[in-house]
Amino acid sequence: MDFSKITQLSDPGTSFIEYLRVAQPDLLPDVNNVDFTTAFDARTLPHATTVVALTYKDGVIMAGDRRATAGLSIAHRKMDKVLPADSHSGIAIAGTAGIAMELVRLFQVQLEHYEKMAGEELSFEGKANQLSFMIRNNLPMAMQGLLVVPLFAGYDLTRKIGRVFSYDATGGRYEETDYTATGSGSVHAKNWIKAAYDRQAQADEAIDVAIRSLFAAADEDAGTGGPDLVRKIFPSVATINAEGFQYLSDDEIEQRANVLLAGPEQGGAQ
Amino acid sequence: MTTPFYVSPEQMMKDRADYARKGIARGRSLVAIEYLDGIVMVAENPSKTLNKISEIYDRIAFAGVGKYNEFQMLRNAGVRLADQKGYAYSREDVVANELANTYAQSLGQVFTNEMKPFEVEILVAQVGKASSEDEIFHILYDGTVMDVEDYCILGGNKDDIEAKLSAGFEKDLTLTQAIVLGASSLRGNSETDIDIAQLEVGYLDRNATRRCFKRMKKDELEEIF
Repeated sequence: MDFSKITQLSDPGTSFIEYLRVAQPDLLPDVNNVDFTTAFDARTLPHATTVVALTYKDGVIMAGDRRATAGLSIAHRKMDKVLPADSHSGIAIAGTAGIAMELVRLFQVQLEHYEKMAGEELSFEGKANQLSFMIRNNLPMAMQGLLVVPLFAGYDLTRKIGRVFSYDATGGRYEETDYTATGSGSVHAKNWIKAAYDRQAQADEAIDVAIRSLFAAADEDAGTGGPDLVRKIFPSVATINAEGFQYLSDDEIEQRANVLLAGPEQGGAQ
Repeated sequence: MTTPFYVSPEQMMKDRADYARKGIARGRSLVAIEYLDGIVMVAENPSKTLNKISEIYDRIAFAGVGKYNEFQMLRNAGVRLADQKGYAYSREDVVANELANTYAQSLGQVFTNEMKPFEVEILVAQVGKASSEDEIFHILYDGTVMDVEDYCILGGNKDDIEAKLSAGFEKDLTLTQAIVLGASSLRGNSETDIDIAQLEVGYLDRNATRRCFKRMKKDELEEIF
């Protein structure tokens, strides 16, 4: 470690990414040297699929299935696609898993770094825009099939409401009023949420809607993992409200899943 | 041709050290105390926004006295290095020891090679899972680095503060006791009351899940005093 690189060169300010560009650029994704001439099949790489986010009375619920697929193969059965971005926001990933995971790690450090350097947190809007910029930077990779389309959601401490953002591959940023989903099973998940959504729902009801929507997606979409009763693998769920980002425990999710599966709708399976 | 004045190396170093010490003594002091659940830092600081005590990483805090822009620059560099290392490797690989040595190297370099030494004294503190794993490094303007235990004093007026602090210190104080001890020690021999508006308190709580650094808010301090 040495300080010379920081003191001699232009000050990178509060941005961790700008700092890395000066101090250790090999840690940043190198999208400018993508080789467009070589044929490459992105389906050979693990992809993360369906994630959802919906607002409820006190904040937002984020949930995701656990399957990663590489083409028609199951690459991983217990992937966590819902991750904390900071104390009061979360990011849920769909797309090429490796690139998405790197994006999340960098985003997490970027937010915390800003907070430490500036002495206060970025605004919620600022965080959403920061993510937008990071996704747009990945555009050359996205055009090669290495796509990342996350969801960003959390509790806005200034406005005191839950907020949900979806993105496209070019960094397009869309604030949703109530709910959204992304990934291969997102159409089915979204439809299920649409039918059951209630803006004033308590956390308890909203969590069940989220879990059911993922079961419904898994029922129709091969890329989305359904409840695995043998291996005890269930969706991952997080609530974000004034108290912060909190995962539901595995036991609680299993219990809820079992109740939903035993109910008249079999958890969404028709 | 003019002959440059000869100044002996001893004299040059002494002049620089005097200069740095004078600069540091002009500012107010700071104490760090190990308590039951971590390490607390107490400083006299009339500013509400320009902090002397701050977070570097999950289990590491920084404190500085002397010239604000100089120790703030050191703090920022520390945050950058810590985040860089944690990102390149793993969060647990970021340790106070390495950071303290980097600070010592940089301060030593500046002290010997530059016109003007840094007028700062800094502290790097890290809480472990148990109190036996706590670490406090005290680094001087010339790069001297000391590994201290129990408590540490930064800045001028050391003797008066030391006398009060050593008399009141014992192992496993509560957070409140440690803050009261720190604040009253900083008054030295002065008889005036403690002014909360002039107090800055930050602490590392070993029981926190990840980010251990916390700052005492004004209403929390009012409750203590």
